[in-house]
Amino acid sequence: MAEGKIVRIAGGQGFWGDDLEAPVRQVEQGPIDYLMLDYLAEVTMSIMQKQRARDPGAGFARDFVPLMERLFPAIVEKSIRIVTNAGGVNPRGCAEAVVEAGRAAGVEGRASVGMVTGDDLMDRLDSLLSEGHELRNMDTDEPLSTIRDRVQSANAYIGAAPILGALVKGADVIVTGRSTDTALTYAPMMHEFGWSADDYDRVAAGVVAGHINECGAQCTGGNCLIDWWTVPDLDRVGFPIIEAHRNGEFVVTKHDGTGGRVTRATVSEQIVYEMGDPTNYITPDVIADFTTIQLTDAGDDRVRVHGVRGKPATEFLKVSIAYSDGYKAVGTLTYAWPDAAAKARRAAQVLRERLDRLGLEFDDIRTELVGWDSTHGFLAGEPPADLPEVQLRIGVRGHDRAAVERFTREIAPLILTGPPSVTGFAGGRPRTQEIMAYWPALIRREAVEPNLSVEVLPV
Amino acid sequence: MTMMPLVDLAHARSGDKGDTANVGVIVYETEHYDLLREALTVERVKEHFGELVKGSVERFELPNLHALNFLLHGALDGGGTVSLMNDAQGKVFSTALLRMEIDVPDEVASKMRGRGRAP
Repeated sequence: MAEGKIVRIAGGQGFWGDDLEAPVRQVEQGPIDYLMLDYLAEVTMSIMQKQRARDPGAGFARDFVPLMERLFPAIVEKSIRIVTNAGGVNPRGCAEAVVEAGRAAGVEGRASVGMVTGDDLMDRLDSLLSEGHELRNMDTDEPLSTIRDRVQSANAYIGAAPILGALVKGADVIVTGRSTDTALTYAPMMHEFGWSADDYDRVAAGVVAGHINECGAQCTGGNCLIDWWTVPDLDRVGFPIIEAHRNGEFVVTKHDGTGGRVTRATVSEQIVYEMGDPTNYITPDVIADFTTIQLTDAGDDRVRVHGVRGKPATEFLKVSIAYSDGYKAVGTLTYAWPDAAAKARRAAQVLRERLDRLGLEFDDIRTELVGWDSTHGFLAGEPPADLPEVQLRIGVRGHDRAAVERFTREIAPLILTGPPSVTGFAGGRPRTQEIMAYWPALIRREAVEPNLSVEVLPV
Repeated sequence: MTMMPLVDLAHARSGDKGDTANVGVIVYETEHYDLLREALTVERVKEHFGELVKGSVERFELPNLHALNFLLHGALDGGGTVSLMNDAQGKVFSTALLRMEIDVPDEVASKMRGRGRAP
């Protein structure tokens, strides 16, 4: 391992909804220089968009604000900097709330919040389309114009540059919108070691570090299949820490005395998570070749990562677009022994016949048996008659809201009018959800990058 | 040769990208990587998943991690927010693949049998 300066970048959240105490443990239980908090996923942006549609002040990871109120005194004292995409579809609202949290935490005049904006393309969408940016769906190749009137949000995935800008300006907490998850980890590495944007191998190593770091404990023993029954103390699982070196090598580890496990196997499971073509892991800053990653044991709960190669990024940025695509609802009922699965299936059949008789039409109706086939489908085989119990899970999807609403009123009647031995309906009627579908597209980077902006707000 | 479930030869993790699920499969013992490559052809994996995967199957090799990565297109009923599936984000396609029975030499079977299961 190379000698010299080590920069410790801790991962504290793997998604919006992750362990609320993990970021606090990362700050309190050992030395770190940066805390990276990833709140976003494809699904999350759609959810935040729905929230902003109801309340213009919403649309970001609200949990981040009270978290910062707790963390501010410690990060100011220890000079820890925080990099997060908690801003979601409203980074300004998030950053302003964080400034207020800093004042409430008593660090007024001693900290600042960097805010990255410009990834939001919604207000520019029509001018972009008229300039010839078709924003074709990467999966279906359809142009965006086919659903333009239903688009609810459009955000470009952005890379390290604006985060670097905020770090140079001295921000202690950096709030972005749709930054890539990996940039939250490698931007601090580029900043600390002075890597240039064309140092492809080192930036690619940073991307690999970011990919390992971005899902929290999923690389330190959480959700880990290998030997899961032996992973110790998951109740206080240690979240990942990247010990980065100037030459691009790094060690994946966790704080001493925490639960979980870091081995080549736990890190490998995270590396293959959400992987596409491993030779072309595309980011806004570099294309990393994951087949060049070398993992070496470096002691207890320490894995050294080296050998990573990269090549120049493409001319495009990915765009995450959410659009309204109808409605769905899912209801459940529980059936008991004997013949639990047969009763559940009969109930589903009765329900489908009633929906038909009511003249309701849906794009899809799906029946699953939780406890039997809802995870592995037909691979589970036929359920035995002595199955102790099973949960019927039945869902519909369609563009007629009234039809979906009526479906939600057809579950409860099955209790007294369907097959016997049924329970588990205490939650009441299922809720009708508006579907925000995901439309992945590409856009030429020069259409986005000049609009990115960094502001630093004093606390 | 003996039939053995893949769960005793490899561990795995899966995730999603739109309507596509990915499954990364990693052998427990590095010397079994070639066995994995030979057994898990695109055709075999496509056949294994049957109606669960509406589109094509792609395969990528990661010899450095002794792993294969599969993309299962059209596996998530539209994906993420659209899907009516309990597993809308493809989190457990990993163990669904590990149900596959593969043919291995007898000594591999006797060494590995039970490796992937809690005692």
